[in-house]
Amino acid sequence: MYNGEAYITGTCVVRNNRIYRDGVLLLETPQEQELTDFLRAGYDQVSGQYPKFHKMDPLSKLGWLAAEVLLKDAPLNSYPPESVGLILANKSASLDTDLRYFDTVKDIASPALFVYTLSNIVMGEISIRHGFKGENAFFTADAFDPGFMAGYISQLFLENAVSACLCGWVEVMGPVYEVIMYKVERSGGELVFNADNLQKAGSI
Amino acid sequence: MEKLMAALKAQIVEQLNLQEVKPEDIGDDQPLFKDGLGLDSIDALEIIVLLQQHYGIRIANPEQGPEIFHSVRTIAEFITAHQTAK
Repeated sequence: MYNGEAYITGTCVVRNNRIYRDGVLLLETPQEQELTDFLRAGYDQVSGQYPKFHKMDPLSKLGWLAAEVLLKDAPLNSYPPESVGLILANKSASLDTDLRYFDTVKDIASPALFVYTLSNIVMGEISIRHGFKGENAFFTADAFDPGFMAGYISQLFLENAVSACLCGWVEVMGPVYEVIMYKVERSGGELVFNADNLQKAGSI
Repeated sequence: MEKLMAALKAQIVEQLNLQEVKPEDIGDDQPLFKDGLGLDSIDALEIIVLLQQHYGIRIANPEQGPEIFHSVRTIAEFITAHQTAK
Protein backbone atom coordinates (compact mmCIF):
# COMPACT_ATOMS: atom_id res chain seq x y z
CA MET A 1 0.00 0.00 0.00
CA TYR A 2 1.33 3.44 -0.95
CA ASN A 3 2.50 5.36 2.12
CA GLY A 4 2.47 8.82 0.55
CA GLU A 5 6.24 9.03 0.11
CA ALA A 6 7.45 11.40 -2.59
CA TYR A 7 10.77 12.73 -3.82
CA ILE A 8 12.24 16.12 -4.65
CA THR A 9 13.39 15.68 -8.24
CA GLY A 10 14.37 19.27 -9.00
CA THR A 11 14.97 22.64 -7.38
CA CYS A 12 15.07 26.14 -8.80
CA VAL A 13 16.16 29.14 -6.77
CA VAL A 14 15.96 32.69 -8.11
CA ARG A 15 17.41 35.48 -6.02
CA ASN A 16 20.00 38.29 -6.20
CA ASN A 17 19.81 38.32 -10.02
CA ARG A 18 20.85 34.69 -10.17
CA ILE A 19 19.03 31.56 -11.29
CA TYR A 20 20.07 28.19 -9.90
CA ARG A 21 18.87 24.74 -10.94
CA ASP A 22 19.64 21.93 -8.54
CA GLY A 23 22.24 24.15 -6.89
CA VAL A 24 24.05 24.93 -10.13
CA LEU A 25 24.21 28.54 -11.28
CA LEU A 26 22.43 28.91 -14.65
CA LEU A 27 22.36 32.67 -15.03
CA GLU A 28 23.84 35.66 -13.27
CA THR A 29 23.36 39.29 -14.26
CA PRO A 30 24.80 42.45 -12.65
CA GLN A 31 23.37 43.09 -9.19
CA GLU A 32 22.33 46.62 -10.16
CA GLN A 33 20.20 45.33 -13.04
CA GLU A 34 16.50 45.94 -12.50
CA LEU A 35 14.13 43.02 -12.03
CA THR A 36 12.39 43.58 -15.38
CA ASP A 37 15.68 43.34 -17.28
CA PHE A 38 16.86 40.37 -15.23
CA LEU A 39 13.62 38.53 -15.98
CA ARG A 40 14.00 39.28 -19.70
CA ALA A 41 17.56 37.91 -19.59
CA GLY A 42 16.24 34.79 -17.87
CA TYR A 43 13.52 34.37 -20.47
CA ASP A 44 15.99 34.77 -23.33
CA GLN A 45 18.33 32.20 -21.85
CA VAL A 46 15.85 29.64 -20.60
CA SER A 47 12.93 29.81 -22.95
CA GLY A 48 12.09 32.31 -25.68
CA GLN A 49 9.29 31.76 -28.18
CA TYR A 50 6.52 32.52 -25.67
CA PRO A 51 5.43 36.14 -26.32
CA LYS A 52 2.78 35.98 -23.59
CA PHE A 53 5.65 36.14 -21.10
CA HIS A 54 6.13 39.84 -21.78
CA LYS A 55 2.56 40.61 -20.77
CA MET A 56 2.81 38.89 -17.39
CA ASP A 57 3.33 40.74 -14.15
CA PRO A 58 6.60 40.21 -12.22
CA LEU A 59 5.04 37.55 -9.95
CA SER A 60 3.87 35.46 -12.89
CA LYS A 61 7.15 35.97 -14.74
CA LEU A 62 9.13 34.74 -11.74
CA GLY A 63 6.97 31.66 -11.20
CA TRP A 64 6.72 30.91 -14.90
CA LEU A 65 10.49 31.21 -15.34
CA ALA A 66 11.24 28.92 -12.39
CA ALA A 67 8.79 26.33 -13.74
CA GLU A 68 10.45 26.61 -17.13
CA VAL A 69 13.86 25.97 -15.56
CA LEU A 70 12.53 22.90 -13.75
CA LEU A 71 10.58 21.43 -16.66
CA LYS A 72 12.54 22.37 -19.77
CA ASP A 73 14.68 19.24 -19.83
CA ALA A 74 12.57 17.06 -17.56
CA PRO A 75 8.86 17.77 -18.08
CA LEU A 76 6.10 16.11 -16.10
CA ASN A 77 4.25 14.98 -19.21
CA SER A 78 4.41 11.31 -18.28
CA TYR A 79 1.75 12.03 -15.63
CA PRO A 80 -1.94 12.60 -16.43
CA PRO A 81 -2.52 16.40 -16.40
CA GLU A 82 -5.17 15.94 -13.68
CA SER A 83 -2.58 14.45 -11.34
CA VAL A 84 -0.03 17.26 -11.55
CA GLY A 85 -0.56 19.85 -8.82
CA LEU A 86 0.73 23.31 -8.06
CA ILE A 87 1.11 24.55 -4.50
CA LEU A 88 2.75 27.92 -4.03
CA ALA A 89 3.06 30.50 -1.28
CA ASN A 90 4.37 33.99 -0.74
CA LYS A 91 4.25 36.96 1.59
CA SER A 92 2.84 39.80 -0.51
CA ALA A 93 0.19 37.95 -2.54
CA SER A 94 -0.36 40.15 -5.64
CA LEU A 95 0.17 43.47 -3.84
CA ASP A 96 3.05 44.46 -6.15
CA THR A 97 0.67 44.45 -9.12
CA ASP A 98 -2.35 45.63 -7.10
CA LEU A 99 -0.51 48.89 -6.41
CA ARG A 100 0.49 49.35 -10.05
CA TYR A 101 -3.12 48.74 -11.06
CA PHE A 102 -4.36 51.20 -8.44
CA ASP A 103 -2.10 53.85 -9.99
CA THR A 104 -3.79 53.37 -13.37
CA VAL A 105 -7.28 53.65 -11.89
CA LYS A 106 -6.69 57.35 -11.34
CA ASP A 107 -6.57 57.74 -15.13
CA ILE A 108 -7.91 54.83 -17.19
CA ALA A 109 -7.82 51.44 -15.46
CA SER A 110 -5.49 49.02 -17.21
CA PRO A 111 -7.19 45.76 -18.24
CA ALA A 112 -3.78 44.14 -18.74
CA LEU A 113 -2.80 44.86 -15.13
CA PHE A 114 -6.21 44.04 -13.72
CA VAL A 115 -5.99 40.42 -14.83
CA TYR A 116 -2.91 39.95 -12.62
CA THR A 117 -4.46 41.31 -9.43
CA LEU A 118 -4.77 37.83 -7.92
CA SER A 119 -1.80 35.91 -6.58
CA ASN A 120 -2.92 32.57 -8.02
CA ILE A 121 -2.74 33.86 -11.61
CA VAL A 122 0.90 32.75 -11.64
CA MET A 123 -0.34 29.17 -11.29
CA GLY A 124 -2.70 29.71 -14.20
CA GLU A 125 0.17 30.88 -16.39
CA ILE A 126 2.26 27.83 -15.45
CA SER A 127 -0.71 25.51 -16.00
CA ILE A 128 -1.45 26.96 -19.44
CA ARG A 129 2.17 26.56 -20.47
CA HIS A 130 2.54 22.97 -19.27
CA GLY A 131 -1.02 21.70 -19.46
CA PHE A 132 -1.42 21.02 -15.73
CA LYS A 133 -4.97 20.45 -14.55
CA GLY A 134 -4.46 19.09 -11.05
CA GLU A 135 -4.94 20.25 -7.48
CA ASN A 136 -3.71 23.76 -6.78
CA ALA A 137 -3.51 26.19 -3.91
CA PHE A 138 -1.78 29.47 -3.17
CA PHE A 139 -0.99 30.34 0.46
CA THR A 140 0.07 33.63 1.98
CA ALA A 141 2.45 33.59 4.95
CA ASP A 142 5.13 35.80 6.49
CA ALA A 143 7.93 33.48 5.41
CA PHE A 144 8.49 30.22 3.56
CA ASP A 145 7.43 27.41 5.86
CA PRO A 146 8.89 24.07 4.73
CA GLY A 147 7.05 22.23 7.51
CA PHE A 148 3.65 23.45 6.40
CA MET A 149 4.45 22.88 2.71
CA ALA A 150 5.71 19.34 3.36
CA GLY A 151 2.70 18.47 5.51
CA TYR A 152 0.10 19.80 3.09
CA ILE A 153 1.63 18.22 0.01
CA SER A 154 2.39 14.88 1.67
CA GLN A 155 -1.32 14.63 2.44
CA LEU A 156 -2.11 15.26 -1.25
CA PHE A 157 0.21 12.43 -2.24
CA LEU A 158 -1.21 10.16 0.46
CA GLU A 159 -4.75 10.76 -0.78
CA ASN A 160 -3.65 10.19 -4.39
CA ALA A 161 -4.79 13.72 -5.21
CA VAL A 162 -1.47 14.27 -7.01
CA SER A 163 1.27 12.10 -8.50
CA ALA A 164 3.59 15.03 -9.07
CA CYS A 165 3.62 18.73 -8.34
CA LEU A 166 5.52 21.98 -8.43
CA CYS A 167 5.60 23.73 -5.09
CA GLY A 168 7.42 26.44 -3.22
CA TRP A 169 7.78 30.16 -2.62
CA VAL A 170 7.32 32.89 -5.25
CA GLU A 171 7.58 36.34 -3.71
CA VAL A 172 7.94 39.80 -5.21
CA MET A 173 7.34 43.26 -3.85
CA GLY A 174 8.92 46.08 -5.82
CA PRO A 175 12.59 45.28 -6.36
CA VAL A 176 12.65 42.57 -3.68
CA TYR A 177 11.98 39.06 -4.90
CA GLU A 178 12.76 35.42 -4.21
CA VAL A 179 11.75 32.12 -5.74
CA ILE A 180 12.37 28.68 -4.25
CA MET A 181 10.51 26.15 -6.37
CA TYR A 182 10.60 22.38 -6.21
CA LYS A 183 9.55 19.59 -8.48
CA VAL A 184 8.14 16.72 -6.46
CA GLU A 185 7.26 13.29 -7.81
CA ARG A 186 5.87 10.08 -6.45
CA SER A 187 8.91 8.22 -7.69
CA GLY A 188 12.12 8.74 -9.57
CA GLY A 189 14.30 10.52 -7.06
CA GLU A 190 16.59 9.92 -4.13
CA LEU A 191 15.92 13.01 -2.06
CA VAL A 192 12.88 12.23 0.09
CA PHE A 193 10.27 14.99 0.17
CA ASN A 194 10.16 16.33 3.72
CA ALA A 195 10.62 19.64 5.54
CA ASP A 196 14.32 19.16 6.23
CA ASN A 197 15.15 18.35 2.62
CA LEU A 198 13.02 21.24 1.37
CA GLN A 199 15.03 23.53 3.61
CA LYS A 200 18.36 22.03 2.51
CA ALA A 201 17.57 21.93 -1.20
CA GLY A 202 16.49 25.58 -1.17
CA SER A 203 19.49 26.86 0.76
CA ILE A 204 21.95 28.40 -1.68
CA MET B 1 -3.98 57.23 -43.74
CA GLU B 2 -0.48 55.70 -44.14
CA LYS B 3 0.87 57.97 -41.40
CA LEU B 4 -2.00 57.12 -39.08
CA MET B 5 -1.55 53.39 -39.66
CA ALA B 6 2.18 53.64 -38.92
CA ALA B 7 1.43 55.52 -35.69
CA LEU B 8 -1.21 52.96 -34.72
CA LYS B 9 1.17 50.06 -35.23
CA ALA B 10 3.74 51.68 -32.95
CA GLN B 11 1.07 52.44 -30.34
CA ILE B 12 -0.29 48.88 -30.45
CA VAL B 13 3.19 47.39 -29.97
CA GLU B 14 3.82 49.78 -27.07
CA GLN B 15 0.42 49.51 -25.36
CA LEU B 16 0.14 45.74 -25.73
CA ASN B 17 3.78 45.13 -24.79
CA LEU B 18 4.43 43.09 -27.92
CA GLN B 19 8.17 42.89 -27.30
CA GLU B 20 8.85 40.35 -30.03
CA VAL B 21 6.92 42.24 -32.73
CA LYS B 22 8.19 45.28 -34.62
CA PRO B 23 5.60 47.82 -35.78
CA GLU B 24 6.67 47.30 -39.38
CA ASP B 25 5.99 43.56 -39.04
CA ILE B 26 2.26 44.24 -38.72
CA GLY B 27 0.52 44.25 -42.08
CA ASP B 28 -2.02 46.99 -42.82
CA ASP B 29 -4.73 44.38 -43.48
CA GLN B 30 -3.42 41.58 -41.26
CA PRO B 31 -6.12 40.32 -38.87
CA LEU B 32 -5.18 41.40 -35.35
CA PHE B 33 -6.88 38.54 -33.52
CA LYS B 34 -6.84 34.74 -33.64
CA ASP B 35 -4.66 33.44 -36.45
CA GLY B 36 -3.43 36.89 -37.43
CA LEU B 37 -1.37 38.74 -34.86
CA GLY B 38 -2.82 36.48 -32.16
CA LEU B 39 -4.24 39.17 -29.89
CA ASP B 40 -6.77 38.17 -27.21
CA SER B 41 -9.74 39.72 -25.42
CA ILE B 42 -7.56 41.60 -22.92
CA ASP B 43 -5.65 43.08 -25.85
CA ALA B 44 -8.98 44.25 -27.29
CA LEU B 45 -9.66 46.09 -24.05
CA GLU B 46 -6.21 47.63 -24.20
CA ILE B 47 -6.89 48.88 -27.74
CA ILE B 48 -10.11 50.47 -26.46
CA VAL B 49 -8.00 52.24 -23.79
CA LEU B 50 -5.50 53.24 -26.50
CA LEU B 51 -8.24 54.85 -28.62
CA GLN B 52 -9.50 56.73 -25.61
CA GLN B 53 -6.06 57.92 -24.48
CA HIS B 54 -4.53 58.83 -27.84
CA TYR B 55 -7.54 59.81 -29.91
CA GLY B 56 -10.23 60.70 -27.37
CA ILE B 57 -12.57 58.14 -28.91
CA ARG B 58 -14.95 55.98 -26.89
CA ILE B 59 -16.50 52.92 -28.50
CA ALA B 60 -20.21 53.62 -28.08
CA ASN B 61 -21.44 50.32 -29.45
CA PRO B 62 -19.42 47.25 -28.32
CA GLU B 63 -21.01 45.18 -31.09
CA GLN B 64 -18.96 47.22 -33.57
CA GLY B 65 -15.75 45.88 -31.93
CA PRO B 66 -14.99 42.94 -34.23
CA GLU B 67 -15.50 45.12 -37.30
CA ILE B 68 -13.44 48.07 -36.04
CA PHE B 69 -10.62 45.95 -34.59
CA HIS B 70 -10.21 43.62 -37.54
CA SER B 71 -6.95 45.20 -38.72
CA VAL B 72 -4.83 48.32 -38.39
CA ARG B 73 -6.53 49.67 -41.52
CA THR B 74 -10.05 49.24 -40.12
CA ILE B 75 -9.04 50.96 -36.88
CA ALA B 76 -7.45 53.82 -38.86
CA GLU B 77 -10.60 54.15 -40.96
CA PHE B 78 -12.71 54.26 -37.80
CA ILE B 79 -10.50 56.98 -36.30
CA THR B 80 -10.58 59.01 -39.53
CA ALA B 81 -14.37 58.71 -39.80
CA HIS B 82 -14.73 59.73 -36.17
CA GLN B 83 -12.46 62.75 -36.59
CA THR B 84 -14.23 63.83 -39.80
CA ALA B 85 -17.61 63.62 -38.10
CA LYS B 86 -16.48 65.92 -35.27
